[in-house]
Amino acid sequence: MADDKDVLRDVWFGRIPACFTLSPEETTEREAEPYYLLLPRVSYLTLVTDKVKKHFLKVMKAEDVEEMWFEYEGTPLKWHYPIGVLFDLHASNTALPWSVSVHFKSFPEHDLLHCTSNSVIEAHFMSSIKEADALKHKSQVINDMQKKDHKQLWMGLQNDKFDQFWAMNRKLMEYPTEEGGFRYIPFRIYQTTSDRPFIQKLFRPVSAEGHALTLGDLLKELCPASICAEDEPKRFQVMVHGIEPLLETPVQWLSEHLSHPDNFLHISVIPAPSD
Amino acid sequence: MPSSLLWAVDVYGRVYSLSTAGQQWEYCRDAHLEFKRITAVQQCCWSIACDHNIYLNVHASDVPIRYQEETYENQRWNPVDGFSDRLLPSDRWQWSDVSGLKHQPLGDFQLPSDNWEWEADWYVDENFGGENTEKAGWTYAIDFPATYTKDKKWNSCVRRRRWLRYRRYKAQETWVKIPSEQTESLPDPFNDITCGGWEITEEPRGCLALWAVSLQGKVWFRCDINHHNPEGSFWEEVPVPGEVVQISCGPGDLVWAVLWEGNLMVREGIGRDCLNGSSWVTVESPSPEAGAVHVAVGVNVVWAVTKDHKVWFRRGVNSHNPCGSGWIGMVGEMVMINVGLNDQVWGIGFEDRAVYFRQGVTASELSGKAWKVVSVPRDSDRSHSSASASSLQSAGCFFGGEVRLESQASVLSDADPETEKAVGGVVPTPEMGDSPKPRIPKVTSDSFISELVSDREGQISRRDVPPAGPSIPEEDHPEKEVEDRASPAQVLSPSQSGGLNPQWSNVDLEEAQTHLSPGPGVDAAETCSLSSVATYNLALEEPYGPDEHPKWAWVSGGGCLVDCHLQLNWFHSSTSTALNSSMQAMSLSITPAQTAAWRKQIFEQLSERSKREMENFMHYEQAIEQSVWVKKGTMQWWRDWKPHKWVDVQFALEQFSGAEGNKDGILFIYYTFNDEKKYLHVFINEVTILVPVLNDSKHTFAIYTAERTKQRWPIRLAAATELEMYDWLALLSVSCCDSRGVQGPPSKQAIWSVTCKGDIFVSEPTKELEASPYPTPCDQMFWRQVGGHLRVIESNSLGVVWGIGYDHTAWVHTGGYGGGFFQGMTGSTDNIYTQTDLKSVYIYENQRWNPVSGYTNRGLPTDRYMWSDASGLKECTKNNTKPPSPHWTWVSDWTVDYAVAGGTDREGWQYAADFPASYHGYKTLKDFVRRRRWARKCKLTTTGPWQEVPPIALSDITILPCGPKSTVEQVPLWAISNKGDVLCRLGVTSLTPGGSSWLHVGTDQPFKSISIGGVHQVWAIAKDGSAFYRGSVSAQNLAGDCWYHIPSPTGQKLKQVSVGRTSVYTVDENGNLWYRHGVTPSYPQGSSWEHISNNVRKVSVGPLDQVWIIADKVQGSHSLSCGTVCRRLGVLPMEPEGHSWDYGIGGGWDHITVRGNATEAPRILMPSLTDNGSNRTATRSPLQTSDRPEMNGNPVGC
Repeated sequence: MADDKDVLRDVWFGRIPACFTLSPEETTEREAEPYYLLLPRVSYLTLVTDKVKKHFLKVMKAEDVEEMWFEYEGTPLKWHYPIGVLFDLHASNTALPWSVSVHFKSFPEHDLLHCTSNSVIEAHFMSSIKEADALKHKSQVINDMQKKDHKQLWMGLQNDKFDQFWAMNRKLMEYPTEEGGFRYIPFRIYQTTSDRPFIQKLFRPVSAEGHALTLGDLLKELCPASICAEDEPKRFQVMVHGIEPLLETPVQWLSEHLSHPDNFLHISVIPAPSD
Repeated sequence: MPSSLLWAVDVYGRVYSLSTAGQQWEYCRDAHLEFKRITAVQQCCWSIACDHNIYLNVHASDVPIRYQEETYENQRWNPVDGFSDRLLPSDRWQWSDVSGLKHQPLGDFQLPSDNWEWEADWYVDENFGGENTEKAGWTYAIDFPATYTKDKKWNSCVRRRRWLRYRRYKAQETWVKIPSEQTESLPDPFNDITCGGWEITEEPRGCLALWAVSLQGKVWFRCDINHHNPEGSFWEEVPVPGEVVQISCGPGDLVWAVLWEGNLMVREGIGRDCLNGSSWVTVESPSPEAGAVHVAVGVNVVWAVTKDHKVWFRRGVNSHNPCGSGWIGMVGEMVMINVGLNDQVWGIGFEDRAVYFRQGVTASELSGKAWKVVSVPRDSDRSHSSASASSLQSAGCFFGGEVRLESQASVLSDADPETEKAVGGVVPTPEMGDSPKPRIPKVTSDSFISELVSDREGQISRRDVPPAGPSIPEEDHPEKEVEDRASPAQVLSPSQSGGLNPQWSNVDLEEAQTHLSPGPGVDAAETCSLSSVATYNLALEEPYGPDEHPKWAWVSGGGCLVDCHLQLNWFHSSTSTALNSSMQAMSLSITPAQTAAWRKQIFEQLSERSKREMENFMHYEQAIEQSVWVKKGTMQWWRDWKPHKWVDVQFALEQFSGAEGNKDGILFIYYTFNDEKKYLHVFINEVTILVPVLNDSKHTFAIYTAERTKQRWPIRLAAATELEMYDWLALLSVSCCDSRGVQGPPSKQAIWSVTCKGDIFVSEPTKELEASPYPTPCDQMFWRQVGGHLRVIESNSLGVVWGIGYDHTAWVHTGGYGGGFFQGMTGSTDNIYTQTDLKSVYIYENQRWNPVSGYTNRGLPTDRYMWSDASGLKECTKNNTKPPSPHWTWVSDWTVDYAVAGGTDREGWQYAADFPASYHGYKTLKDFVRRRRWARKCKLTTTGPWQEVPPIALSDITILPCGPKSTVEQVPLWAISNKGDVLCRLGVTSLTPGGSSWLHVGTDQPFKSISIGGVHQVWAIAKDGSAFYRGSVSAQNLAGDCWYHIPSPTGQKLKQVSVGRTSVYTVDENGNLWYRHGVTPSYPQGSSWEHISNNVRKVSVGPLDQVWIIADKVQGSHSLSCGTVCRRLGVLPMEPEGHSWDYGIGGGWDHITVRGNATEAPRILMPSLTDNGSNRTATRSPLQTSDRPEMNGNPVGC
């Protein structure tokens, strides 16, 4: 019988093959070859694309280069969403590798945050973890950690060190057994069809009557449109890490096992493929 | 932890049991009688039934209770007849006991009671001191009494032989009446009973103390109850200064009794020589106003109930001060209290007659925290087909008897209401009948009597209500109804005391009336049938109606083991709080998560996703380059050069990605030498094992590589705290496993070993491990630790793995990995359970004789410490001796240990001429010193992938190495119980490795080692050191048919055996390893023993006939190690004895099993190279036989 620990590994070591091509709008000295890379689903675009940048800079003049950003079929890709979320949201059910355009000019100020260095990503990542722990444990666990422990979480993500990361992160996933789960589940629901960036509300893993609440309960309450009645055809896919968990999966289990390293459960609701 | 049972009697006299693992009361279907008292211990229940007889229910066990009867046939030689039974007039009897003093022909042996049966007829014992006499069992001597020999000599004038016959106790799982031996004219039936005392002595085995109180207030003690005599022999009256109403006996030497007038008495002088004590000491009742009516004692606790139902706890009670120091009033109103194992407490509430459990009772807080009601339903389908006739009769006896006796009692007492009240253990207040609260029928206990009394005053006439049988609401069988209800009428009608109807209605349930539509007011006999029909219908409508408020009369937890690790499911019910129910809901939804569809779905989808998104793109570059990760710390290091000492070092682990994506690392130890900074490094992929070495002073662990194993000199490191040590160990373990690509549970082929600290290690064999002629040297094997604590471990190639703890508990591997310190990310949580182990720590009290004061603790200046370890070199006092490591905690006090080799006197002393010398158990004139051993038990609690296999304690175990390939076919598994019984486990398959039950295989003497090899060859070693072969064992006949005696090698007592595919190896008590020659399919017993090696502690022969041993001493280049894993080299089909040894991990190893490893390496035949192979190993140091001073080779310590 497979073990829950294996889920954590699968989640961590999830990779998306990507093909980076330089946008035709960019001016180059010579033809730019596409660049192929396996992107970790749980990491951030700007954190793992140093090689991409280096590759394309070789064919560009320094004066043409501003801040690098990415776009997929016209949609600028928000670097502060985990890569897996971006893929699930915009490109699931498409052919692999994922074709991403690279831009060095005309930064879409309205759509994207600037990311001038890795410390910006680190700050974003750590603030997410802190926010998640505020929901889960009233920040008690994260505040009990030392500076070096925080660093260990970040370094674990940055260097793709599963053991290093989880040696610390498991403390964030603990909860008192008598309570049956976290105080609130840190989650975000993303929809392509909505103007809102995402849905995030307070949601407890256990009902007042003591039942474990499920993914279905969560969606019913916060995103009823994503669930369809049994008789009608499926209109939406509910994706987490590229898979569609059954609606009866307890959210507490999902939060413990399918959260991203930022400790949030990122759920993508996307239109079901028509065929 | 295995489940155990709590026993209780309800107010109708029915006996129920509740399992610690269960959630409902199970009706004891065998109880044809109604009972009023029950007292349970782990192996049996004693009870008093309504007929005032005492009954015993011995719980069934896979090992039968059998007793060996023996007698000797004696003969003398004369020139005419040769040897004949014509003896000299001065000689002993022709048939006698071993001493010759008692005449006992075969025909004189009778079964002690109807509950015994003979196993077979008499037969001659051919075995003489481990050898076969081969002369029909005759042994010869010059004359009686003399030394007998196996061989007949010229001067052998007499001979004798031993006849044996076994009898077996057959009355198990049934209530057996213990015949009463009333000799006096007045009947004085028993009124209370209590069983305990099993901790007082271990000799004889299963010794129990049973105390009973008669209605006249006399106290009786049942003598000679032990394993071989479960019923005991006779009652002995224990004089008491007053009239006793109730008595309680704890597991140890604590016995308290309640006197008629409300004071208590404590028995003193109880010990192993005097189980029933010598004198009584009086203790005042807890409350001056209300006398005590009930007392319950455990090991170190006394609880009492006074007449006003108040509960009291006695402070300061222990073995040295059985009277304690003072009473503390507790919350709650109880009618009775019972103390079970671990001093856990149960009570029956006064208001609701529910069973209560005292929560939070621990060794440090014996009084517990709160009463918690045990609210579980009773099993509702009660078929009464078996309970018909006798229940009619006994129910009659019951009601009739009680009533008659009451009239007696009230005549004896002087009708004073106060005295009347004191009649019962529990006395209802006179107003109770008028109070609005629901009346509770008290039928079973004495309270019934007092209620009759109180009722008779004013109630009876009023309560002339339509009758209903006591058990109506729960009955679903109309015929039984009639019987039940008819019976009281039948018996009561002749009884003249009190009149028919009043008593009838007294037995009545007001409670029941609410369920019943009142029947027409006709006379009893008719009503019965009518209302029973009505009840029948009602029962259909409300099948669980009566279970909501079961009323209990008596509870006994003497066989019920509850401790802080046990999750009891007794407290969930409709009445529990919202919080409780929510917890229940959570636990219900989380536990099945392991098998839930959503979980499976996630697993499947994740692996699909990985395939979809990654499979075709693995040639893509990884976005994140693997970089080095460093963890640093400070530690102490046992430095390599002399003088050896702990030095402070910096410790760092650098991890990086190795070639094929797997991780690797280097360990650095930075130290200063002559003010110069230096370092030592170890490649993680070269580490072969990490061994935690816990002792009471330092938290250390040892790191071995193949090179360090050769040197017998590991890197020893000490962390500042235990936590830090385990952090490092966990991290290093993960790193080592990662670098070698070892993950998940051990494979079926795994080689398991155990250190002398009980730590468990497992190694994955490679194909090359048993390759010939170039096997992988076994010092290169990589071992990883598995959680748990064991003394013995055995496996087979189907992945069935069993272990035995230090306390002889049997454990089966759950297939999981992790536990122990491998928590969190380094192990799995699946199939990991709590595991406990128990062992004794021994210290010695030494004394020297002087002419003035005799033996005193004043020794000579040159003497050993007056309190020391076994060697006398280390001072070990009661106070300064700590448990072996922080994982162990004391669970008992120091007690004198009488079970010491050589025997002891009554106070446990062993005498000798001087220290150190050989000790004997009696004093002679030449003995100037004496010593005695003190033992203290300690307990370890850990976690690991092990589940207990109750209830039989084992000392050895073996599993057929290469079993059937299918997962449903039975895997033969044999074991030896810690009492020496041979057992065969039924129902073991690779899917159900725990099996189902034990089959007992009879032997003429206790056994100590067993092994099953290819084609079901079973070999065993008896306690006398001889070997036995079991004939006709096959897949169809798992237990075989008879034992063939195999003489041991001359002058040697064998102690262990291991059988591989065809090879049979044994180890004797002097450390010699023997190979059995001439074992062939047609003659599986073989012909002779060949000496292979000395210095061997244990042997394990695998399914490839590979031979592995634990060697006593192995010399390395730096040090010597004791307890080392070694493998026999050069073992070939035609040369199964091999030629030399290859040395692996050690020292400190205690046990190894290679019986799972059936991975055969492809054989390469290179005859010219075999010589080289042996040369290479020959250059290694051979097994050392000389005692060289041992330096540091045993980090684990032996």
